[in-house]
Parts: sequence; C-alpha cells; structure tokens
Amino acid sequence: MVLVLALGDLHIPHRAPDLPAKFKSMLVPGKIQHIICTGNLCIKEVHDYLKTICPDLHITRGEYDEETRYPETKTLTIGQFKLGICHGHQVIPWGDLDSLAMLQRQLDVDILVTGHTHQFTAYKHEAGVVINPGSATGAYSSITYDVNPSFVLMDIDGLRVVVYVYELIDGEVKVDKIDFKKTTASANSAH
Amino acid sequence: MHHNGVEDEEKWLAAGITGLQQNAFYMHRALDSSNLKDALKYSAQMLSELRTSRLSPQKYYELYMRAFDELRKLEIFFKEETKRGCSIVELYELVQHAGNILPRLYLLCTVGSVYIKSKEAPAKDILKDLVEMCRGIQHPLRGLFLRSYLSQVSRDKLPDLGSEYEGDAETVSDAVEFVLQNFTEMNKLWVRMQHQGPAREKEKREKERSELRDLVGKNLHVLSQIEGVDLDMYRETVLTRVLEQVVNCKDEIAQCYLMDCIIQVFPDEYHLQTLETLLGAFPQLQPSVDIKTVLSRLMDRLSNYAASSAEVLPEFFQVEAFAKLSNAIGKVIEAQDDMPVIGVVTLYSSLLTFTLQVHPDRLDFVDQILGACVTKLSGKGKLEDSKSRKQVVALLSAPLQKYNDIDIALKLSNYPHVMEYLDNGTKKEMASVIIQSIMKNKTLISNSEKVEALFELIKGLIKDLEGNLQSELDEEDFHEEQNSVARLIQMLHNDDPEEMLKIICTVKKHILAGGPKRLPFTVPPLIFNALKLIRRLQNRDENVAEEDTAATPKKIFQILNQIIEALSSVPVPEVAMRLYLQCAEAADDSDLEPVAYEFFTQAYLLYEEEISDSKAQVTAIHLIIGTLQRMHVFGVENRDTLTHKATGYSAKLLKKPDQCRAVYACSHLFWVDDQDSIKDGERVLLCLKRALRIANAAQQMANATRGSGGSVALFIEILNKYLYFFEKGVTQITVASVQSLIELITNEMQGENATPDPTADAFFASTLRFIQFQKDKGGAVGEKYEAIKV
Repeated sequence: MVLVLALGDLHIPHRAPDLPAKFKSMLVPGKIQHIICTGNLCIKEVHDYLKTICPDLHITRGEYDEETRYPETKTLTIGQFKLGICHGHQVIPWGDLDSLAMLQRQLDVDILVTGHTHQFTAYKHEAGVVINPGSATGAYSSITYDVNPSFVLMDIDGLRVVVYVYELIDGEVKVDKIDFKKTTASANSAH
Repeated sequence: MHHNGVEDEEKWLAAGITGLQQNAFYMHRALDSSNLKDALKYSAQMLSELRTSRLSPQKYYELYMRAFDELRKLEIFFKEETKRGCSIVELYELVQHAGNILPRLYLLCTVGSVYIKSKEAPAKDILKDLVEMCRGIQHPLRGLFLRSYLSQVSRDKLPDLGSEYEGDAETVSDAVEFVLQNFTEMNKLWVRMQHQGPAREKEKREKERSELRDLVGKNLHVLSQIEGVDLDMYRETVLTRVLEQVVNCKDEIAQCYLMDCIIQVFPDEYHLQTLETLLGAFPQLQPSVDIKTVLSRLMDRLSNYAASSAEVLPEFFQVEAFAKLSNAIGKVIEAQDDMPVIGVVTLYSSLLTFTLQVHPDRLDFVDQILGACVTKLSGKGKLEDSKSRKQVVALLSAPLQKYNDIDIALKLSNYPHVMEYLDNGTKKEMASVIIQSIMKNKTLISNSEKVEALFELIKGLIKDLEGNLQSELDEEDFHEEQNSVARLIQMLHNDDPEEMLKIICTVKKHILAGGPKRLPFTVPPLIFNALKLIRRLQNRDENVAEEDTAATPKKIFQILNQIIEALSSVPVPEVAMRLYLQCAEAADDSDLEPVAYEFFTQAYLLYEEEISDSKAQVTAIHLIIGTLQRMHVFGVENRDTLTHKATGYSAKLLKKPDQCRAVYACSHLFWVDDQDSIKDGERVLLCLKRALRIANAAQQMANATRGSGGSVALFIEILNKYLYFFEKGVTQITVASVQSLIELITNEMQGENATPDPTADAFFASTLRFIQFQKDKGGAVGEKYEAIKV
C-alpha cells in the first residue's frame, strides 16, 4: 500500500495565511510516500514545509507560483498506475471534464490530478480518473463560490486505488472515499 | 612577585598542616590514655597553627577544616570525661588557662558545646558567654572562622521552639538574639577587611572578601531555619536588626550580598508582609550598590511565588505590593541619575513580569509601567547597545505572550511610544514578533482603529524608515518579512461590510506608502481580501443594501483599480494583469459590464505593452482566454471586441506550436455551453481550421530546417478539439472533417519523413480508443460516432 497525498491551490500568502490547523496536525512526516501538488503554493516556505512531510514531492506550476521553473505538466508511475499532474489553468474551458480528458489522453495516464477550480472532484471515465483535490486552504476562487478546504489521499494497492477526500466543513474534518480499479495491469493502457 | 607569593603560601600551608598533624598525633595519644592535661596541652598547640596571618582565605580554610575534624574527637573525649566524673564547670574553667587567646577560645567553644548538652546551665547563658568572649579576636580572617566554628557547634543546641533546650526562662528569642549577635560581629569583621592593607591591593582584598561572604550569610540561613521565628518575630526583631546592620555598615559589598541573601533565604510570604520595610532599606544603601539587580531578583521571586498558586494572590492585593514596588523603583531610578538604560529597562521588565503574574487584568498597571519606561528613556535618544535592545524587546514581548491577544497590546497607549526608542533594525524585529504572535494565536483583527494602531506598530516592515537603507537586508530575509506581512493581511476581518471596507482602506493607505519593493507582496493579499468582501456582498439579499452605504461592489471596484494601478510603479505587469482579470471575473459576477470591460482593457494593455517574454505571454494568453470564456455580462459588441483581440494575440505568439494551441483554445470563446447566445459553430470551425494551418506551417518549417517531419502532436490535439465540438453537436464539425483529420495524422505518422514519437503515438492510440469507446456506448452517442472509421 502506497500513500500519495494530492493537494494544491494553497495560495499562501496571497489568499490564505496558512493551512488549517486541523489539516496540519493530520499531515505528519513519515506517513506518506509521495506528494503530488497541482501548484499555486505560492511561496518557497510552503514548498519547504511540504518537503518535511515527504521528500518525494512532485509539483507543477500554477500561475501565481513564485517559482517559475516548476514544469507545466508532470507524469510519474506509482505501482501499477501512471499519474499525471497539471495545474489546469492551461486547459480551457477551466474545469471542463471533456477538455481535461483530452489532457489525460495526451499524457497517457490512468490518473490525472489537476487543480485551479478549488473544487474537489473525482470523476471516472473510460480512460481513467480525473481528480481535483480542491484548495487545501479553502482559498478564494473566481470559479467556485464557498470553497471548503480540502485535500486528497490516495491509497494505491496493486490494481486498486482508494481515493480519500478530506474536507473541512464548519470546523470539522469530513472524510469520504471512492474506489477505482484498473482492469488490466498492462504498462501502456488502462481500460 | 605573585608567583613567589603563591609558592610561599603553599609552603606555609604545608608547614601548618604538618604542625597541626604532629600535635594532633600527640593529642590522640593523650586521649587514648585519658590524659586530660596532655590533651589540653597538645590541642592548644595544634590550634596555634590557626594563629597564622600568612594564609589567604582559601588556604586558611583548609587548615581550619583539619582542626575542625580534630576538635570533634576532642569533644567526644570531653563528653566521656564528664561521664567519668570530671566537672564540666571545672573543665570550662580549665581550658581558659591556655596561653594564647585563639586556641583558648576554640577550646572554650568546644567545651561549651558539651556544657550545653549537659544542661547543667541554661543554654542561653553559655551561648551568651561564648559569643561575647569571641570578641577577643578582632583579626577579621581569624575572627570570622572562629565565630563560624561557634555557629557550627551551636547549631543544634539553640533553645528553639520544641527543642530540648527550650525552657521557661529561655526561649526562641534568646536563640535569635545569639545568632543576631554573632551575625553582627561577623559582619563587622568582614567589613573591616575592606580597609586593611594598602590601597593598591584593594582588588585582592575584595576577592578575598568575596570568598568569605558565605560565612557571614550562613547566619541568616540559620535564622531562617529557626522554627520559632514566625512572621511577627521576623518582622519585629529579625528583619529590623539585620537591616540595621546592613545599612549601618555602609559597605557596598556587604550591603549588596546581604540584601540578596535576605531575599533568597527567607520565605516569600514574609517578604510580602514586610515589603515596605524591606523596600525602605534600599534608598539607604550606598549609592554604588547594584540595587537594580537585587530589586529585580526580589520581583522575580515574588512573580514565581504568585505563579505557584492562585491562593496566594489575595495577599498581594492586600499588601498593595504593586504600588510599593512601583514606588520603590521610581525612587531608586530617581536617586541613581546615571543608571544605565539597561538597568532601567531590566527593573521595569521585572516589574512587568510581576504585574502580568499578579494583576493580569490591570492593563492600567501595565500601561503605567510602559509609561514610566518611556519617561525614563526620553532624552536618551535611540538605544545603542544590543543588550538594552534585547531587554526592550523582552519587555514588549511579555504582554504579547501573556495575553495571546494582540487586541490587548493595542490597548496599551504607551506600547508604541516605547517602540519609538528602538533603532530601525530592532523595530522590525519587534514587528516580526508581533506578527508571529498574531499568526500563532490566529486572532482576527476586527476593526479599522485596531488595524491602524497595529500598522503603526509594525511600520518598520511596511515602509522605509528614516535612515534605513533597504540594501541592508538580505533578499531572502526581505521576502520572508514581506510574506509575513501578507499573511497578516489575511488576519484582518469583520463580518460587517462597512467595517471591513474601512479596514481595507486603512491597509491600502499604509501599503501604498511602502515603496516598489514591497508592493508586489502586499497588494495581492489586499486585493483578494477585497474580492472576498465583494462576494459576501453579492451573497447578501439585494434589499438589504441601503442608499448611502459605502460598501457597494462598485465603490470597492474603484478602490481595487487604484490599488492595482500602484503596481505599475514597480513594475510587475504579470501580477497586475492577473489581478485585473480576477477583478473582471468578480465584476462579471456583480453584473457590472462597464467595470468588467474596463478591467479587461487594463489587462489587455498590460499584455500588449508590458509582457514581452514569450513564456509569460503563453501563460498570459491562456489566462485571458480562460477568463473571457467564462464571462457572461458582456453584450455582443464588447464581447466581439475582446474576443477579436484575444484571437489576434494568440496568432501572434512567437513559436508556432504556442500559436496553434492558443488559437484552438480560442475556439471555446465561440461556444459556451450555458449561454445560448454564444454558440457560433462557424467561428469555432474557423478557429480550428486556422489552428490546422498553423500546425501545417509548423510541420513544413520542421521539414525545412531539420530535414524531417516535426511532431504530429499538434494535429492530434486539434483532432481532439474536433471531437469535443463534434460531440457537442456543432453542425459545422462534420464526420468528414473528423475523418480526414484522422487520415492526415495516420499518413503523417507513417510517412517517410516521420520522426518516431512514442508520446504522439500513445496520444493517437488513446484518442482512437476514445472514439471506439464512444461508439460502444450505443444510443445517441454511439450513433453519432458510428460513422467515424478508425
């Protein structure tokens, strides 16, 4: 079992002062194997903080990130799954699932993790799964009203991935989970 | 010379020890054979070694300790002699025949110890006799050790409350009287040392005095251990007499040490109850005494006492401790005109700690202390040395740590005045401390007055202070500093929109004075705060908004415009453009078409005039297209103008692939799902065809320059867009057009000039799979895709 933390759009310090305390106390170093970050941290301090939770950190560039050298997209393989990361402001219309599906085909990945809308979604279609972990700080968004802080934890085990979403609603952390299964283990495709 | 001196001392000590051991040997022989006469003779000879004047206190102590051990054996012998019938009174008489006075007195004390134990005479009489006989030795070093011996042997024989030596006629008062007398005499001897010997050896003498001080202090310790000394006796007798001696001896070293001793040795409740007397002694001390350290220690002890349990607090109120301490400090500072700043601040720091512990609810006390500090600091200019600065920072941090609520610190009227005396660097340090305190406690600052006060306090971070060269600060540190200000801005909030707007205006006023280096950090958080406010106003019921409220979206947008404009002075066009687009979207939500258009205009101008870096342009154009795509407030004309411009920019990007992608992104500007008025299939197709032409051109360029075909990736991307619109039902996207595109790509990939490209292959493969999948869905979707052959 491999734990992958997916989060993004923190927008510290432009739109939020810090991660919610309840999230911070959950994110303990040493428990997570990989971190996937969709971008818009925005400052180095946040990068350093994420590194203390887990040194294997994969970030893509958001349009407000101070560090301009993060890549636009990134792909990586974890166990039987190929994952792709992209902030999402490059995919127009923003938040449009069909356009995101195109990106997924282009990157040829089973799981596409993307952000920008600050709205948690987990959507399965024929080629795989598109996950948006939302905004970990509940930052203001022009796209989504009423943003609740949220992040995603993926438990990858063989051909199965369980996606846990953690949302802070009215001061309480609520958890939900969704199951996804790959049908074949072939390296090139997923049906 | 000194080297010789040390060597000689070693020799003398060795000689003394030898002499002592020799005589001790004979003394033991006498003891073994119960020969009293010889025992007395040899013990006296042994004790003669202590008559030396040649040894320093450390060395004399070594000699003394050996004599002490031998005298214990002698004491046991005396006790046994009395059991054998020898009269203790006679023995007491006998030892006084010893030739020299010092041995005589040591022996007398030793016998005296046995005498008291025998109870043949009242303890108080014997003690009185002994303490007075010891006056025979006026040499400071020898006298101190002799009296120390007396103190040691009498320790367990005092007529204390509940002791076996207590009687009707003798009580605790007698015990106290004895110890006080011994103490007084010892102090006199100790002080006399200061004036012995030549002036040039003063330093040496003071060092030696320091080595002996615990001998004198021990008496106070003994007094504190006497059971029968209750508060009344302490107050009436002990403290009065001790202070009398301390004041009258007029010796700086003694006074400093003994005052401190009193404070450390006696219980805190006693100090509280005798506070006035104790504090009253301070002004009477020699001016050179370091009163502030002693006073600070007293206050620290009392602070800890207050912290130890809530039950003791009423005592503090009852004795009006704060008032007394405050007055005492005032008097001390007044009397010592030239007290260095660090001394003043340390005193007030200790008083502040005390006050926070004992009277946390009395902000007026806290403010009073700060005010007194300001008064004393005024006229001294800014603090120069780092110790003083550190102490002031500690002073100012104490209320923050105690109350965990910046609101309280903001209520202290003298708080900012104290900060004025810090140099710029320390002001900034303090500002950071304040911000950290706010962030740690997650306190929200909720009205504009508080914000104003707060920003005054942290102004060192907000703008350049006089004489402050910005280049001094390391860039990374500067970023960290400004980011902390940015985070702080997120902590300013009030649910009432009017008040929130006031807060925003206050912050705006301060940060706009911050200079070009700070604006990129401070402007964005303020903008987003304002956007959040606008959203809250939108959520409110329309009818609630009154006529003359200041907080309307329109007015806020005007303010936003002004703030973003300030960024042009830096300049940071990319940031400014993003902020204009955010505002445009917010204006869209508020249905303010002219405002939204104006923001778009500003964004476009920045794009045209200021953003020239290719990579930046690509991101910028996607932001423009993405934002424009979501706008629903624009009428046809405005929308057309903006769209036309956007497509124009897209086609003019430097690199062909970037052009291609931007152009096909523009296709979405002509088809918006939830707006029936924006469904122009013709223009969608035009965009896609234009993208195709650019892709072709790119392909040809690659052929020409590199001799081989470029990647077909662009074609595959465009194909996916065709499929997107095909599925939406855009009639102009025909099956034929999709089919021909598929064939084009297939040919390209199989052509002679084709460069192998696994990524493109995978992309094409997954696209074809998608088409198949859609076909397999059946129903309406399946039908649509049926015609496409893969």
